[in-house]
Amino acid sequence: MIAGLGLVVGVLLGLLLQPEVPVWLQPYLPIAVVAALDAVFGALRAFLDGIFDDKVFVVSFVSNVLIAALIVYLGDQLGVGGQLSTGVIVVLGIRIFSNVAAIRRHLFHA
Amino acid sequence: MPDEPTTHPPEPGPTKVTGRDRLAASLRKPGGRGQVTAGVLLLVLGFAAVVQVRSNTSDAEYVGARQDELISLINSLSLASDRAENEIAELEQTRSSLLNDTQARRTALERARQRADELGIMAGTLPAVGPGIQVTIRDPDNAVGSNNLINGIQELRDAGAEAIELNNTVRIVAQTALRDAPNGGVVVDGETITAPYVIEAIGGPHNLSSALDLRRGFTYEVERVGGEVGVARSDSVEIASVHEVPPSQYADPVPTE
Repeated sequence: MIAGLGLVVGVLLGLLLQPEVPVWLQPYLPIAVVAALDAVFGALRAFLDGIFDDKVFVVSFVSNVLIAALIVYLGDQLGVGGQLSTGVIVVLGIRIFSNVAAIRRHLFHA
Repeated sequence: MPDEPTTHPPEPGPTKVTGRDRLAASLRKPGGRGQVTAGVLLLVLGFAAVVQVRSNTSDAEYVGARQDELISLINSLSLASDRAENEIAELEQTRSSLLNDTQARRTALERARQRADELGIMAGTLPAVGPGIQVTIRDPDNAVGSNNLINGIQELRDAGAEAIELNNTVRIVAQTALRDAPNGGVVVDGETITAPYVIEAIGGPHNLSSALDLRRGFTYEVERVGGEVGVARSDSVEIASVHEVPPSQYADPVPTE
């Protein structure tokens, strides 16, 4: 309940404030958002499994975002930023799909 | 990474708690540390996602592009601009050379036209106008002949006449022939003219008129045989008659080269 409220409030804040993305953040924000999505779906799955732990959720959320940003930064420094961020997106996408599959099994028993 | 450790094992109970039940329970009964934490993190996620989507849609397509993409973009752009600049330089060169060409051609044309005008006046094929004199010769005794006229024309030519006309009808050119007509008058190029003769000449008026007044010159000769000579200087003598040049039948220009 509160979690859903938080999501709605965040979206509304983003729509209302319309902040400019700082230039230094621009390459990392999309990857960070995808990584956070992965953490959220993992947490939802854990919650449905009954093994949700808020500490683990916070750590995985933050570390996901940081590692994704770090990989992109490293890729930029190495000159393979484009490919590396594609790779990160692919891996995170696979994880999101498998998490969503588990969630679906929980909710619809299918 | 959500490697959830099994810190919260499924609650032991008589009925098995499913995921659906947990979700329904949490929706019914808000509260708890876990829900607040999740709410805060989801708030952050929603905020960031919306911001990213907005910046992606509202900004230009190059915002968020990677460094190497931008570099290759810049490279291709600078290559294109180099090419365009080369093309501009080439076209400008072509343009200036064409301009030079046109200029040269125009100058040559101008010169040729000028030359043609000069030659036309000299050959009598073009009408002419300019300062000069008008010589009127009255001949009451019918004694002035072609000799006198030829003398006068020679004097005028000597004095620099550029175009000469007789009685407003015959242009005097290099090929002009004069002879006496059998019953008075003079035949000029096959055309008979009679007194009073009027010679119109374009040239320096002073030179021309003084050339006629030389000692034992034209005027003297005409008056000796009983004629009268009247000389009128004018700033604008008009010579309208032209000489038809027949195509040369025998003479060809010597090739220059």
